Formats: sequence, C-alpha cells, structure tokens
Amino acid sequence: MTEFLHVLTDHWDLFLKGFGNTVKLFLVAAVGSLLLGTLLGAFRVSPIPALRWFGGAYVNIVRNTPLTLVFAFLVFAVPKLDVNLEYQTAAFTALTVYTAAFICEVVRSGVNTVAPGQAEAARALGLTFDQVLLQVVLPQAFRSMVPPLMSVLIAMLKNTTVAAGFSVLEAGAIPSYMSEFGEPQFYVLIWIVVGFLILITPLVLLQRFLERKLTVAR
Amino acid sequence: MSSSVLYDLPGPRGRRRNQIIGVLATLAIIGLLAWVIYRFYKTGQFEPRRWDQFKFKAVQLEIVHGLVATLKAAGLATLLAVPFGAIFAAGRLSDHRILRVPSSWVVELFRAIPLLILIFFGYYVPLQYGWSISNLWALVIGLTLYNGSVLAEIFRAGVNAVPRGQSEAAYAIGMRKNQVLRLILLPQAVRSMLPAIVSQLVVLLKDTALGFIITYPELLTVGKTIGGRLAFGFPYVPAYLVIGTIYISICGMLSFFAWWLQRRMTRVRTTAAKPLPLTDVNRQV
Repeated sequence: MTEFLHVLTDHWDLFLKGFGNTVKLFLVAAVGSLLLGTLLGAFRVSPIPALRWFGGAYVNIVRNTPLTLVFAFLVFAVPKLDVNLEYQTAAFTALTVYTAAFICEVVRSGVNTVAPGQAEAARALGLTFDQVLLQVVLPQAFRSMVPPLMSVLIAMLKNTTVAAGFSVLEAGAIPSYMSEFGEPQFYVLIWIVVGFLILITPLVLLQRFLERKLTVAR
Repeated sequence: MSSSVLYDLPGPRGRRRNQIIGVLATLAIIGLLAWVIYRFYKTGQFEPRRWDQFKFKAVQLEIVHGLVATLKAAGLATLLAVPFGAIFAAGRLSDHRILRVPSSWVVELFRAIPLLILIFFGYYVPLQYGWSISNLWALVIGLTLYNGSVLAEIFRAGVNAVPRGQSEAAYAIGMRKNQVLRLILLPQAVRSMLPAIVSQLVVLLKDTALGFIITYPELLTVGKTIGGRLAFGFPYVPAYLVIGTIYISICGMLSFFAWWLQRRMTRVRTTAAKPLPLTDVNRQV
C-alpha cells in the first residue's frame, strides 16, 4: 500500500504536468471543435447545395478515419508539405478536426428534431424570420443538442490520451515516462484511472443533470 | 433539405441570392482543394519516386499483412466483446440487486476509462509481473473491455426499447421470465439494435489503430514503415493517403450498411420496438 501511494507522491510533478496538459488539450480542442463543428453543422442545414455537400463529405470522411491516423498524418506527413506544426499544435488540430465531425452531426440532428410545424405555427402567428429562429426554433434545437454534445466532449476528453503516441506529455504519456523510473506500472495506471474518473465524473453528472432539466416532452 | 424548419422555400430574390452564395461557396471549395493540390505539387508529393514503392509486390504484401493484422484484432475483439456485452447487459437488466449493481459498476467503469489506458493495462502490467503477452492480446483485451461495455449499453437499450405491453401480454398468457426474454423481447430487440451494433463495430475497427502506439504491426504501423523510407524520399504523404483510403472505404461501407439497416428498419416494421438511434454519439466517437 505504501508503495502504491509512493508512486503518486514521488512523481507528483509528472502527474500534475500530465493531467494539466490533458485539461489544456481538452479545453482548447473543445472550443475549436465546437466552433468548427457548429459551422459545419450550419453548412449541412443550409439551403446552399454546395455547402451541404461539403459538410456531408467532411463528416463522412472524418468519421470513418481513425483518430490515430489523423494524428499520424499531422505529425509525420504534414511536415513533408512544408507546414511545420509543433507536437502540441498537432494534437490540438487533430482533436479539433476529428471531434468537429461528431459535433456537426449533433448540430444537424438537433436542428432536425424540431418539428417543422413549430416554425409553421410561428410564421402563422406573424413572427419574422429572426423571431422564428431565435424564439422558437433555436431554443428547442439547443435543448436536444446539449446532452449529446456533452457525450462528444466526454469522449474527446478520453481521446486526448491518443496524443501520448505522438510525443505530447499528457496523462496518457505518464506510463512511458514512468517505465524509465522502473515504477510498477500497475499502480501508475490505477492512478491515471483515478485521475480520469476525477475529471470525467463532474462532466457525467452535469450531463445527467442537463438531460433531466432539458428533456422535452414530446 | 427543403423540409428544414430553418427557412421557407425561397422566392425569386432568395433563390438568386442562394445561387450567388452557392457559386461563391463552390469557388471557395475548389480553391481550397486547388491549394492543397498545389501544396502537394510544390513539395514534390506527385514525384513518381514517392509512389514507386506501391508497385513492388513486397510492399503490397506489407499492406495486406497490415490489413490482415487490423482485421484480426478487430475480429477477435468483436468475438469477445459481444458475449461480454450480452452478459453484462443481462446483469444490468436482472431483477436481482446482487447481479445488477456489480454489472452496472463494471460497465460504467470501463466506459469511463480511456481506451488507450485499458490497452496499457494489457500491455504494461503483464510485463511487470514477467508474463509475456503479445501486443495483439493487449490490444484485443482493451478493445473487448471498452466496446463490450458499450455494447452492453446498446443491448440494454434495445431490450428497453420493446414496448412494455409486449412483456405484459407475454406474462399474461402465463410465460415465465426466461420465456418472455427469450421468445418475446430478444427477437424484437435484436432487430432494433442491429444498426447500432454495426456502427459500434465501425468504432471498434477504427480503434484498432491504437495498436500503433503499442507497436502492434497493424495497418497504421505499416503506413509509418512505408512512409519512413529514405530511398523513396520519405513518402509519408502517399503512404497515409493509401492507408487512409483503405480505412475510409472499409469503415465507410460498414457505416453505410448500418445506415441502410436503420432505414430499412424504420420502413419495414416487424417489431414493436423502435430502432435505436444511430446518431447517439455516446457510442460513436
């Protein structure tokens, strides 16, 4: 048991730095993918065929590509195109590009859950386009989007570990550093699991709370 | 789609405006593609020597071996994850607290741990105790635990999607719990959850690429080897384009199959259960 505790207390900085970077990766990629994903989602529900096509192609290509391949492409192939990304920038980019495809799907299906009758009724009442959009359609679409968006973000938090394979010191990279110190990996991994549970539990609880609060009776 | 709630059918002015935006968007997309192709051209990605390797039989065989290794890991993990999911779903659906609570814990725990960390458990821990375990099995164990737990949730949702009246009616005609599950609920649930299962298998197949990190010689690892050859001018870009195309075509076909199944399910109703939504991203990332 003391050995188990020592694994953490002896390498406090490594754990702190690793999980600190995980949180940083998560926050930056969350903002990036929400912006990109919403834009692509807007493309997919827009009246312009070219934009719809572009959004659809993006989603279908990225969703069927492993995240690890996106990482590998950015880290190994992109420098060959004379674009030099730092490892951390590559990690932000890979997570953003990958997660945006899933956020795009959430946005698209969220907008489509609103029954057309709602907008028709709003127009029948004489509301203008802005009023229909801002007061009737978007509030309802938003409610149905929040829980799945949380799922995507939770999945992305776990996906940050993939950066471990590409020279970024985050939580997933701790084992390979620890193997240099010859620490028992079993204990190291248990501590990493504890760390992730601490990060994920509030997100899951928030998700459940929002799900209960935002459920629309249909 | 014209059925979108966001806008009306445009009138003449709106149509003209949309056409103009459409043309501009098309130009922007073409410009983006042209820029990428120019970038490729300028850095010599189209030089024949970077593509020469793919003509050699040995290299083609390398790719085939990588693909086989990927499919092997995915196949083994599927074979193990499905029973794992079935057992824990049954546990979570059980009337007995003693089965339900531990099953819930197992499923929730393995869903919360990042897959790579689960794979590391299979990879580093046996090493520490001096057992030898191949990186294939490290990968398969991780994939099984994670995807098995997700499948357990799909199975559970599938059984819950069968309307309650179905089992009430079955109990009313005197069936036992076991018979209700076996004869009434499962046959309907399996149909409703099939699309979701297939799309989870796409996720599993994609996740075998994590084997790259523990140096399992799967497709992505082969891509790195092929791309890293100096004699061909480090053809990383061509290598990953080829590997990417393989992944996208296999996973794309499976995704399409899932989508087709779901569409068929909503059209041909032979079960009272509603199909599980494919867009439930909980399972898709």
